[in-house]
Amino acid sequence: MPEKTYLQAISDGLRQEMRRDPRVFVLGEDVGVYGGAFKVTLGFQEEFGPWRVIDMPLSETAIVAGATGAALMGMRPVAEMQFADFVSCAWDHLVTVAAKQRYRAGTPIPIVLRLPSGGGFSGGPFHSQNPESSFAHIPGLKVVCPSTPEDAKGLLVSAIEDPNPVLFFEHKHLYRRIKGDVPDDRYTTPFGEARIHRAGEDVTVITWGAMVYTADAAAAKLEGDDVSVEIVDLRTLIPWDRETVLDSVRKCSKVLVLHEDTRTGGFGAEIAATIAEEVFEHLDAPVKRVAAPDCPVPFSPPLEKAFIPQVDDVAAALRELAAY
Amino acid sequence: MAVREAEPVGSLQEVKDAGLDREDLLGIYRNMLTARAVEERGHILYKQGKIPGSFYTGRGNEATSVGVASAMAPNDVGTPLQRDIGVHITRGLEPWRVISQYMGRSDGPTKGRDGNIHLGDSSLGTYAMVSHLPAMLPVAVGMALAFRIREEKRVAVAWCGEGASARGDAHEGMNFAGVRRLPVVFVIDNNQWAYSTPSYLEFAVEHLADRAAAYGFEGVVVDGTDVLAVYREAKWAIEKAREGGGPTLIESVTLRMEGHAVHDDAFYVPKEMFEEWAKRDPIERFRWWLRDNASLSDEEEDEITSSVKRTTNEAVERAEESPFPDPSTLLEGVFATPEELDTPHHK
Repeated sequence: MPEKTYLQAISDGLRQEMRRDPRVFVLGEDVGVYGGAFKVTLGFQEEFGPWRVIDMPLSETAIVAGATGAALMGMRPVAEMQFADFVSCAWDHLVTVAAKQRYRAGTPIPIVLRLPSGGGFSGGPFHSQNPESSFAHIPGLKVVCPSTPEDAKGLLVSAIEDPNPVLFFEHKHLYRRIKGDVPDDRYTTPFGEARIHRAGEDVTVITWGAMVYTADAAAAKLEGDDVSVEIVDLRTLIPWDRETVLDSVRKCSKVLVLHEDTRTGGFGAEIAATIAEEVFEHLDAPVKRVAAPDCPVPFSPPLEKAFIPQVDDVAAALRELAAY
Repeated sequence: MAVREAEPVGSLQEVKDAGLDREDLLGIYRNMLTARAVEERGHILYKQGKIPGSFYTGRGNEATSVGVASAMAPNDVGTPLQRDIGVHITRGLEPWRVISQYMGRSDGPTKGRDGNIHLGDSSLGTYAMVSHLPAMLPVAVGMALAFRIREEKRVAVAWCGEGASARGDAHEGMNFAGVRRLPVVFVIDNNQWAYSTPSYLEFAVEHLADRAAAYGFEGVVVDGTDVLAVYREAKWAIEKAREGGGPTLIESVTLRMEGHAVHDDAFYVPKEMFEEWAKRDPIERFRWWLRDNASLSDEEEDEITSSVKRTTNEAVERAEESPFPDPSTLLEGVFATPEELDTPHHK
């Protein structure tokens, strides 16, 4: 199986779907000649032409609303926000139109919105955010946050197949840093099935996206303490795999919920509440959360490092849980 | 590219040249009457407490809604708004289903999930509006984009009010449509009042159609009480779009003859303004045109009036028989299933 970067896996998956299905097209800012700000669609316009790889005006509303209208006419648009942060400009069209259209009007909206998200390289307050929980709160939207190249491709194919609006969060810090085996053939990775990234016995970490790797490095540090850590990579937030999470909690009895998004109202709160409701009697320690603090993402490296959960923060939390 | 102010339509010959025969004219008249009758009946049902929530009417807008919809081809699509019941009637939505929707019954197009005129029927090429006006305008642009990508000779019609034209959605949609010369026609129902706010507090240009030049396409101002002039301009714009000539912005000027919704008595509209525009009532105006130019007889008029009344009566009876939605279905359809994409509008 060939080894690919997370970014290549997304690009290959998208290209494969466009070759296979003429209804699939791409629209976004600078996605054509430039290949997108992160080069996910590099070379696509040469292959598919200017009407299937559409350079849009700087108009996030027109991008998402345009995708919605095209989807209503039978197309399968894959829209790109240049950065996930800019999705705020298209909030209305995701939340007011696309999310509610199936329920109230009976007409499905099969669109995919690709959202390069996450921090770690001084992107500052407007190029670093992880707004997934804002959308997880909106009935009618699906939310996907892959962490591995293999999942990134398989989940993207599932997103394009899905008859609903899907927000596909691609963590920018994984694009070129993370490599892995990715099958060349077409495959889908189902929504709502978590992946056990690392099996363990003593403490479980529930996380997704780039934090999977932060958790993994912390778990490696705890090997010396003879603490065995299990890491559950949710892969999709809506729908999310409650059973795998609850099973892991039943097994380990101690749980850390970890995310790069800010703490209050983050998706981790929903997971913690569900654990408290469903498996309280299996817990040997209070549910613990590690998340970014409730402030905007800062620019300067020492500030940003203090903002994003680091390996040592996670290791410390795991040690506390293990000792409880 | 200066904005063009459309001339009124004159003789029957001129109308025939625009592609309408006498039967079509009577059909337009019937649709205008039906649109008004359904809303008048709705207003009564609202006062009787049979319609929950709020209730909006399009009185004064019948020439625009029916005129534009009559110019659309069967496989064209559109996103009509709350003053455009005439579009739904003209596209063939049965009045009993509209009234079922008003009453929150399960036979309304949204099965009680949404209210008042927030409805559409994809088999008729209409797509349900949302309250965030004009959010469906750039959605219609996306529909036109699909037609352009597939090189289909179909046109999308995007409606907007003069108040909603102030929002960024209108700008982004029109700008993108102009850049790509998409097959879309923008219709601004300029009824001069955005809830209680008059036009001079909503925009500073003389005509909203002036804005078309800024997007690189043509703008037309038409008398929104003259159904034949609206039809002619819409037909011209739609066929131009179909042939690759790009978008047009049609500003159709009328007066909203009632409040924003029926709870609103529109005290802020000067009485003289209502009196002035009442003399130009689009239905009365067309009725007289038909009598003068198309020899509409008393018998024909009676037949049309009584059949509209009959249809409306039957619509109310049938809607009242329609069951309320079962609360056990509350969670159905939040997400679509893959099989649903095999519906006609996805082929």
